Amino acid sequence: MTRWRPRLADGTAPVLVVLVVLLVALAFAGPAYSEPAGYLALLKRAAPLVILAIGQYFVVVSGGFDLSVGSLVTAEVVIAARLISGDDGNTAWVIALLLGFGVLVGLVNGLITTKLLVPSFIVTLGMLLVLDGAVFLWTGGAPRGALSPSFRVFGRGSVDLPLLGAVPWSVLILLAVLVAAVLFMRSGTGRTLLAVGDNENAVRLAGGRVERLRLLAFVLSGVLAALAAILLAGFAGVSAQVGQGLEFRAITAVVLGGVLLGGGRGSVVAAAAGALSLEALFSLLNLVGVSGALESAVQGVIIIAAVAYAAHGAGLRQRFRPRKAAPSLP
Amino acid sequence: MNRKLAVVAFAGALALAGCSSDLPDSGSAGTSTTSKQNAAKSEFFDQAEYERQLKFRSAKAVDLDGDNSQFKPWQQALDPKMVDTAKYAKPGGGYHLCFSNASVDNPWRQVGWKTMQEEVKLHPEITKFSTLDAEAKDDKQISDIQSFASQGCSALIVSPNTTATLTPAVEAACKTGVPVIVFDRGVKTNCPVTFIHPIGGFAFGADGAEFLKEKVPSGGKVLALRILPGVDVLEQRWAAANEIFAGSGLKVVGVEFTDGDAAKTKSIVNDYIQREGKIDGVWMDAGATAVAAVEAFQDAGTALPAIVGEDQQDFLRMWAKEKLTAVAPTYPTYQWRTPVIAALRILQGKQVPQEWVLPQPKVTQETLQNYIKDEMPPLHYAMCGCDQMPGYPQPWK
Repeated sequence: MTRWRPRLADGTAPVLVVLVVLLVALAFAGPAYSEPAGYLALLKRAAPLVILAIGQYFVVVSGGFDLSVGSLVTAEVVIAARLISGDDGNTAWVIALLLGFGVLVGLVNGLITTKLLVPSFIVTLGMLLVLDGAVFLWTGGAPRGALSPSFRVFGRGSVDLPLLGAVPWSVLILLAVLVAAVLFMRSGTGRTLLAVGDNENAVRLAGGRVERLRLLAFVLSGVLAALAAILLAGFAGVSAQVGQGLEFRAITAVVLGGVLLGGGRGSVVAAAAGALSLEALFSLLNLVGVSGALESAVQGVIIIAAVAYAAHGAGLRQRFRPRKAAPSLP
Repeated sequence: MNRKLAVVAFAGALALAGCSSDLPDSGSAGTSTTSKQNAAKSEFFDQAEYERQLKFRSAKAVDLDGDNSQFKPWQQALDPKMVDTAKYAKPGGGYHLCFSNASVDNPWRQVGWKTMQEEVKLHPEITKFSTLDAEAKDDKQISDIQSFASQGCSALIVSPNTTATLTPAVEAACKTGVPVIVFDRGVKTNCPVTFIHPIGGFAFGADGAEFLKEKVPSGGKVLALRILPGVDVLEQRWAAANEIFAGSGLKVVGVEFTDGDAAKTKSIVNDYIQREGKIDGVWMDAGATAVAAVEAFQDAGTALPAIVGEDQQDFLRMWAKEKLTAVAPTYPTYQWRTPVIAALRILQGKQVPQEWVLPQPKVTQETLQNYIKDEMPPLHYAMCGCDQMPGYPQPWK
């Protein structure tokens, strides 16, 4: 019926170029990256951030922010350790509960944003502080309990696949999430979500349910943050600092992927590629011996540069093109 | 050649990613990761104090009442200079002990705080124990200490949040005539009756570095992992290690900050394993992420290095299970017992050391099994001196 061809949304190409350059650079910088295993390890490490970035993408593209994901990750990890307390028998229901908690936090963020009309920046900033405070109150700064080996498998273990060999679970989970996200964004609902970020009123006049779509974006972000928390906890174990700064990393990744802050433009693949590029960049910086303290500086420069590029880049490109449309800057 | 290409590709990547060349210079914070055999001495290095602490490690701990029959390091002191406390004597019991705590925001302070509460329960002559938690804020602690002035404390224990800022508040408290006891971090005044602390950061850092010097063959590669720069206790640990590594023939391939974050630690270690091929030793300024560091080696499938951890249960268990070559210097949590003991001695008019230096043992292969407590939570600090206390183990769980 419909013919299929790989389609790249506007703005996907630059970040893919950046990513490829970084990956090639990694191959030169570290001997481990001369074979697939090195890249698999990188993917495994990057998986939580990529998943967070995909969740953040849904919110950003519909015109919002989700600043609560970092502290949500911390809360999830601390809750997981406390409830599992090292017992494999608890793994299954705790995972279900964690995902449920992610949905709940997303719902609260979304409902306050859409029903009480509080800007999402403020709502999720408030949620960040609430979760931070609650975690501290509950743990007093020292998380108790322990994760079970079966819980940690998802972030740490691998599964043997025919042809491919040992593939980390987190990479498989990441791929599943990415495929689902791409399919979702190509569905009618996904397209409308993008349109909400572009022109809310147009969507409303066309009969789209703006509030419900916004709510959906926050819920997706919450549940993906829960998933990222499960992978992160599996990867590195319990810590009360695990989510620190992750919200800004996720936003940096999304912006690096060319997604327009304020919504309406950008592809989910690009957001995921942005996250992977960010992780690859940090690995590269480390491999060539640049101090880790530079990470936040690099992140800041990327955010500013990418947003500046998004604001002016389009205009510049138009200017160099032969005639027709004038730069459509406000 | 490869190196050059990498640099070119890297520069291109940076440009593409929108980074300009005006990034801050990386060398300034002392975080340069290139190996330097003759690394510059840290500004926190103090030769006299360093030597004093190293000497304390072999000094004989004395029990203040001459009872050396049992291993009770929390009531022992190294090289004590006793001071008279007769003027504070208040026989008859019914003491009201007051405690201004800097914070309880990390596992170490949690364990210590519980231990102190249990110590108080051991002494019926303490009829009231008031405590205020400053939540890691200097200004709150200053007002906490002031508010104790009007509460009729028999003695005031202070665990200062920061050294310089709290000094005037402690001086003011001394002037009220109540005996003041300071422990953990110090203050810049001699007015407290006693200042209680373990040997210190130089000894801690040296314990780990000397172990690596002994276990890692000359020319071996050592990765140093630190939590964050600028904190004096942590800086002292690194300054001592740096001093020892400088003359050791070991190659320090990197000094990295982990922020105490396990995921970041794992990534950093993973990068170093890939970059160097093999890491023979890992030095840490605090053990909180030691388990994550070892896991990174396991996940990479390479030989486990000689490693410096701390006395937290998760590390000790992994040490035993994986048969690590390891050592765990400690900053013992049993020091939280000592201020209560000191307060009672002072109120009974018994002498106490002006500077009460507590022994600072390390967990070694030989003593490892004594410190593994399977029923305790993973972040519990083994050197709490609490396992013979009556309430053990419930309050620490």
